Amino acid sequence: MRPRILLGLSTLLILAALFMVFIYVPTDKDTGIIQRIFYFHVPVAWVAFLAFFVTFVAGIVYLVKRNPFWDIVASASAEIGLVFTTLILITGSIWARPVWGVWWTWDARLTSSLVLWLIYLSYFIVRAYVSEEERRARFAAVVGIIGFVDVPIVALAITLTRTQHPSAIIFEGGLAGSMLATLLVSIAAFTALYLLFLAVRIHLGEDEREIKSLKEAMRE
Amino acid sequence: MKSTAESSSVSLAVETSGLGKSFGNHQALRGIDLKVAAGSTLAVFGPNGAGKTTLIKILASIMRPTSGSVLVEGLELRDNAEKIRSKLGLVAHQSYLYANLSAWENLDFYARMYGVEDRGKRIGEVLELVGMTTRRHDRLSTFSRGMQQRVALARALLHKPSILLLDEPETGLDQQALSAMWDIIHRDNCGRTTIFTSHSFERALPVCDDVVILERGRIAYKEQTCNLNLDSLKQKYQECTQAVGK
Amino acid sequence: MKFWPRVMAIAWKDILSELRTKEIISSVLVFAVLVLVIFDFAFDLAPNLMLEIAPGVLWVAFAFAGVLALNRAFIPEKEENCLEGLMACPVGREAIYVGKALGSLFFMLLVEAVILPIFALLFNIAVLQPELIVVTLLATVGFVAVGTIFSALAVNTRARELVLPILFLPIVSPIIISAVKASALALGGTGWGGMTSWLSIILAFDVIFMVVPFLVFPYVIEE
Repeated sequence: MRPRILLGLSTLLILAALFMVFIYVPTDKDTGIIQRIFYFHVPVAWVAFLAFFVTFVAGIVYLVKRNPFWDIVASASAEIGLVFTTLILITGSIWARPVWGVWWTWDARLTSSLVLWLIYLSYFIVRAYVSEEERRARFAAVVGIIGFVDVPIVALAITLTRTQHPSAIIFEGGLAGSMLATLLVSIAAFTALYLLFLAVRIHLGEDEREIKSLKEAMRE
Repeated sequence: MKSTAESSSVSLAVETSGLGKSFGNHQALRGIDLKVAAGSTLAVFGPNGAGKTTLIKILASIMRPTSGSVLVEGLELRDNAEKIRSKLGLVAHQSYLYANLSAWENLDFYARMYGVEDRGKRIGEVLELVGMTTRRHDRLSTFSRGMQQRVALARALLHKPSILLLDEPETGLDQQALSAMWDIIHRDNCGRTTIFTSHSFERALPVCDDVVILERGRIAYKEQTCNLNLDSLKQKYQECTQAVGK
Repeated sequence: MKFWPRVMAIAWKDILSELRTKEIISSVLVFAVLVLVIFDFAFDLAPNLMLEIAPGVLWVAFAFAGVLALNRAFIPEKEENCLEGLMACPVGREAIYVGKALGSLFFMLLVEAVILPIFALLFNIAVLQPELIVVTLLATVGFVAVGTIFSALAVNTRARELVLPILFLPIVSPIIISAVKASALALGGTGWGGMTSWLSIILAFDVIFMVVPFLVFPYVIEE
């Protein structure tokens, strides 16, 4: 039942966001039309962060309660987080090319995102190399916890080294009303999308688990 | 030789109720209700995969049960793990000994870990007990399996545990080493409770007070040794392990 | 306090064992020197440019050497299932973490103490500055704090040599970055003042990653 509501909600919000991003909001006078990717890049980064936070919390809950459901949640969220982190890198790249002339630059935010991507890739590598289910869930929870705690430190260290990235415009209050509105709608849309993906992926994970236990029961 | 079923006023060294352990979907142990009287010796039999090692590891507090409770000398294992561990001695399948260190150094390390008083003296005593005094400064890697087992036994007895757990201690030992081992365990007894797993009825029966047969994680049979003989035990074992349609 | 005597017993046991074989120290030392030499071949630069990349080279060598050393930390505990023997001892699981970490810290500091002079020789740089030594010390503590728990984890996976660096290097990237920057400042003659931000990052990392793994370690080794 719930996924359907989410599907309806996210479709609505995405359509609203698309309208606002491409039609409603005026073009930025400094950087031109490519600036519109900002309305995707920022929400995508927010969702990645949210996803890893959920993985962090789900990991802790798993270690306390030992209910495999929480491992499914952690893993599903990390998966979405990894995809969205990839999107950060891609949207960042698409922006970088026309604005700075290069596909990639080792600036603070992009480099932090790359390290984040590597940390969560290692989350899945650990999962891939542990055979027993219970141990895999435990190890993944540990990596999820340590990884998330590291995120702010990574961001801090890298930001201190190099900044070519446009500074956090939102917090400097330099955003026009329409831009802010568009951004917020876009953030809401992507968050709804995240929740939708998460719900679907969790159901999928639960089905996977059930199939696996049925297979094992048949074998005995 | 005390037997567990004899008197209800006898204190229990180990008591489990509803003990269970599952690994994912596989139930290694279920509904284990065990009572082991202080000072008695219990032998645990069962085919491979029955859960013998799992049971020993849980009693040793190395593994955590997924259900049920374990009381050791009246204390709940879950909440008093550290205190209880100082009363437990464990001889497992593997020796728990470091190959690069000498017998003495290995024992010195564990003596520190168990907070043994008057370390040097006690190490000398246990080495004497297991007959490894002359080779105490040789590296573990130079020892045969039988000798390693003896040092492992010394390790388990260092801190004078009130409960000794042995998991298939006979594996890889020849007849001589085996009788030497049981000899040592009895010599140093002083009211200690012993729980061991075994595949050999002939060797186990003479030394234990009670017998338990595990089958697929459940207690299939328990009885006092005084009510058994070798043949009846073997027969019971056949019955339990061949039961179909559980 | 029964904690510290047990911790020191574990650390001492590791040191004693290593002194017998000198396995970790020798292989890690050789490897670190190799890294330095390869960098020299790879970047054939004028001396002043070499000075620019020198801190980076040093910390790459330390990072990779660290991975090698930390990979070895739990292997002896796997043989003869010694880790179980430790778990049966009357001490909290955390003591195993701290004991192993201290042992690894000792080995790494020893290796670094030998590498630094070699580095000084190859790159023609004076390294005996208190600033550099403090940076190295603090950064190594961070390496070891994270590396020990990941080593315990990796040794229980199917590809331990692969898993440890993949886990370890991204997580300690803040240390590597800060250590390189701070080392560069130290070697360039900047006093303590200029290094404060980098040192605080390393210090913050150390504190956080001594506490979090301490709390979480029991979950890695439990059965």
